[in-house]
Amino acid sequence: MGKSNNKLGSVFSNGIISSNPVLKLVLGTCPTLAVSVSAFGALGMGIAVTFVLVCSNIMISLLRNVIPDKVRIPAFILIIATFVTLLQMLLQKFVPALYDVLGIYLPLIVVNCIILARAEAFASQNPVVDSALDGFGMGLGYTLAVLIMAIIREFLGAGSFFAFDFMGFSYSGEIGNLPNYALNIFTLPAGGFLTFGILIAIVNQISMNNEEKKKNKAKTDAKKIEKAKKDLDKEEVAA
Amino acid sequence: MTSSVGSIILTIVVGALLANNFVLIKFLGICPFLGVSKKTDTALGMGLAVIFVMGIASIFAWLVELLLESLNVQYLQTIAFIFVIAALVQIVEMVLKKFLPGLYSALGVYLPLITTNCAVLGVAILSAGSYPVLVDGVVQGASLGYWFLNGIFSGAGFTLAILLLAGIRERTNLELVPKAFRGFPLTLITACIMSMAFSAFSGIIG
Repeated sequence: MGKSNNKLGSVFSNGIISSNPVLKLVLGTCPTLAVSVSAFGALGMGIAVTFVLVCSNIMISLLRNVIPDKVRIPAFILIIATFVTLLQMLLQKFVPALYDVLGIYLPLIVVNCIILARAEAFASQNPVVDSALDGFGMGLGYTLAVLIMAIIREFLGAGSFFAFDFMGFSYSGEIGNLPNYALNIFTLPAGGFLTFGILIAIVNQISMNNEEKKKNKAKTDAKKIEKAKKDLDKEEVAA
Repeated sequence: MTSSVGSIILTIVVGALLANNFVLIKFLGICPFLGVSKKTDTALGMGLAVIFVMGIASIFAWLVELLLESLNVQYLQTIAFIFVIAALVQIVEMVLKKFLPGLYSALGVYLPLITTNCAVLGVAILSAGSYPVLVDGVVQGASLGYWFLNGIFSGAGFTLAILLLAGIRERTNLELVPKAFRGFPLTLITACIMSMAFSAFSGIIG
């Protein structure tokens, strides 16, 4: 029981950290760059992508033995497009503010490579619960990455934190007189490329440092084991 | 009359190539932009394939949009477009293989990648903002020509951006860069500087 729990846990956390779809695998960059101007839009996009990812993963996993191998990609695209259309209708009806913020990038979730990649690489080969968890983890990883980027860009570009205007509530999020010193470039498309590039570089550096540590640890461990072996041999000889 | 048609065409061309460049300003088609830009000749191949598919896809998307509008089922737009594009890419691949093997061997590898290229779906959805309407059996509203030109020149904008990036990358590959910045990060920062240059064109068209 404990073992299977562990497995499910790693399926879930895989998408958030070790193979984060945005920062590690560099998938789904178009919407990431586009919606990360404001934290509110980024959160909305993250939730939308997570919804489609979980639903399509469950559906594809349920149908994985029914769909013939030759037409699987069109079938996956059709399933994904159906859920995206569903989401479009729901948002347009109930959350029009978010619908307007996401604009063209909402229908473009269909061609978001993360979703098709998870359908092909995971959901088409694994049981339903695993696939749902994988979708949820990947979606959460995506949301987290976009949100971090958006918070940085919004802070530097507009001098605010989590400004939103949603269903009658609005919050400017301006911090002191920071908006007067805002660096406009971060709200421009160029700022998106810059933030994303530097963020990936930071993640690369961190993972390189970790690997170095692991290598060093493995070296010292190997030395310890050898030393212990030698001590054992000495004791045996002495005995 | 001719001058107004000319100015519309000029607006489309300048807008799609420079001021509203698909990759650098609208963030569409970033995946192939980053992935297939290591060398100028592969970048050119990808760019030509995108122009080709975008032009044809725009024509078919126009027909589909006309059909959807006249049947009053616009909510099927996303599904219909992606299906038309996926089918179209398959057909184009088969036709090229059969009749133009030379062009096929040049573009062949890139064609399947284009199905999930959001630039192609993007141009159809963006064009659909000015959709055609059927009034008494006569097509009114946005013309086929507008969609087609928009498709072709958006593709040309993509090609321009990816070619420029590939040219820069061929040179930066020879430079000594900090380890963490090699690969994607440096490419993204290059794209940032290019994007700054392109956004300077935004004042040209009103």
